[in-house]
Amino acid sequence: MILTAYIEGIGLLGPGLDNWPDSQAVLAGQAPYQPHKTVLPPPALLPAAERRRSGAIVKLTLATGLEAISAAGLDAASLPSVFSSSGGDGENCHAICEMLASDDRQISPTRFHNSVHNAAAGYWSIATGAMTTSSVLCAFDACFGAGLLEAITQVVVDNTHSVLLACDTSYPEPLYSARPIPDAFGIALVLAPQRSAQALAQISVSLTDASADRLDDAALESLRRAIPAARGLPLLRAIALGQDRHVVLDYLDNTRLDVAITLC
Amino acid sequence: MNSLWLSHFTATSSIGRGLGQTLAALHQRRAGLTPCAFDTVDLETFIGEVAGVDEVQLPAHLADYDCRNNRLALLGLMQDGFADAVHAAIAKYGAQRIGVFLGTSTSGILQTELAYRHRDATTGAFPADFIYGTTHNTFSVADFTRHYFGLSGPAVVVSSACSSSAKVFASARRMMAAGLIDAALVGGVDSLCLTTLYGFNSLGLISEQACRPFDAQRNGISIGEAAAFALLERTPEYLDADAVLLLGTGESSDAYHMSSPHPEGLGARMAMQDALKMAGLKPADIDYINLHGTATQSNDAAEGKAVTAIFGAGTLCSSTKGATGHTLGAAGGVEAVICALALQHGLLPAGLNTRQLDPTLDLDYLLENREQPVKHVLSNSFGFGGTNCSLIFGRADNS
Repeated sequence: MILTAYIEGIGLLGPGLDNWPDSQAVLAGQAPYQPHKTVLPPPALLPAAERRRSGAIVKLTLATGLEAISAAGLDAASLPSVFSSSGGDGENCHAICEMLASDDRQISPTRFHNSVHNAAAGYWSIATGAMTTSSVLCAFDACFGAGLLEAITQVVVDNTHSVLLACDTSYPEPLYSARPIPDAFGIALVLAPQRSAQALAQISVSLTDASADRLDDAALESLRRAIPAARGLPLLRAIALGQDRHVVLDYLDNTRLDVAITLC
Repeated sequence: MNSLWLSHFTATSSIGRGLGQTLAALHQRRAGLTPCAFDTVDLETFIGEVAGVDEVQLPAHLADYDCRNNRLALLGLMQDGFADAVHAAIAKYGAQRIGVFLGTSTSGILQTELAYRHRDATTGAFPADFIYGTTHNTFSVADFTRHYFGLSGPAVVVSSACSSSAKVFASARRMMAAGLIDAALVGGVDSLCLTTLYGFNSLGLISEQACRPFDAQRNGISIGEAAAFALLERTPEYLDADAVLLLGTGESSDAYHMSSPHPEGLGARMAMQDALKMAGLKPADIDYINLHGTATQSNDAAEGKAVTAIFGAGTLCSSTKGATGHTLGAAGGVEAVICALALQHGLLPAGLNTRQLDPTLDLDYLLENREQPVKHVLSNSFGFGGTNCSLIFGRADNS
């Protein structure tokens, strides 16, 4: 079974990758990759109270999602969404667990509501006014593939646009030693069921047991392996190269995603 | 939508292991809530704890997955011949054609909470036997389940707080309709931990009594734990009259507040309306609504208004959280199974612990069990972050 959709907008933010337009030359191998710590912009769209309470995962999600939707020329309020993250807000999780191990277990209400895996989705809907459906997923290292499959089935089955937001942030120690995600990284894709003037590429996705593609650049390949959301980078690289290509994206231990990319 | 057949289903919660005990508890109006004596928790509250979870042993080759949440998952899978049904489905469709879609809110976080108590005094490091990925990580329960059965199809955890294991039905529906899979193992597993007990306490949302949904004096939730599973297959041409079908799903977001529902239940209304539309049914076709009914002031008020806006005051309804407690990410799955039992056995379960109905809400809320033929039921599940999901189930002889 092959599922086909059209990418209308891309958002990208990670170490040394500040946005999609500026990152294309790096991904295409035409400019050097110079990693620096991910710069998360403040979430200007959120009301002041929510802005104060929001953590890195919320800032990352808003930045990448809005970049993709703005590029597609769409209204975020109208879009169904898929949020896929391997761990949610790591700093917040650490703070809660530290308190629960102490003599004073009275964690704050904000800490608690930020602890849900769908915190970013909740803030997103408040910021954008989207009352549409939102699928909030976790698949550990398979998060990008799981999110892409969920989004493309929404697009194909329900004949709707959908925005995929695959985002990961790092844990502080001691959790970092148990889950060494080094920095914040996110990819957002706006997918559409039909080809339009906005379409950047057609993607046709199917399950495969072939091995996942690696990136030629050693530093980018190490990024792809270190952060689950970055497992989508070979797809973005293919688009940046400006050629029709096949890529195999990492997914589960025994199942990967074959993606045929045809530029529009 | 094309209906989907719940060919097998099971639930394990504080009211019982498996369908027989669950149905008996509903008939007898027996609650599973007891004063909290979980771990070192020093809160005055009631909880719905499943007996014997920590005695469950995971198979040796899956020892890395050992945590309370996966023990509860395995206990649940062992009931009602459910694991045998999954093996039969693998033989029929193939391991790569069955998807796993499970809901959880806190997964095995208890394992991390315990590890934080035992950090090295000098280095701050965790104990050497702590494994994050296969216990605490939100995906752990789906990963455990797919490895337990040797499945290689798509697998994911949906974690949208207390709507998680209702929304798995919607994700599975899409993936089956897309043709990627032929069957789906759906459900939810959530287990007791300190994060939710102290977290809901910090918000002033846990009751010191057994929770009283839709009561005028309701003052918060009782946290429970549960594992519930269903096997979804395409509806065959011939089915027993009492076979249970998924007829519609509706999903929405409040876009209002992180921990309070929209006061008029606007998002809840949209979810219920979308489910009715997908099922091709009118509000009058629904015989019973299993309410989200958490027993917080704000949820029950908003949900009550939303239900009345769509159904008027004449549709029988109740919350079964007075029996099971609020099983959070497992609630949608547990209540889907209770809806399936209602359809098969003609039993509309009373809401327990409710003494005086909130007079400001105009609902036909069941304070006594009702036995009557049941054709279509709707189940509501809502959660933090303003996430809403409604499911509609029906009997094969009426759909």
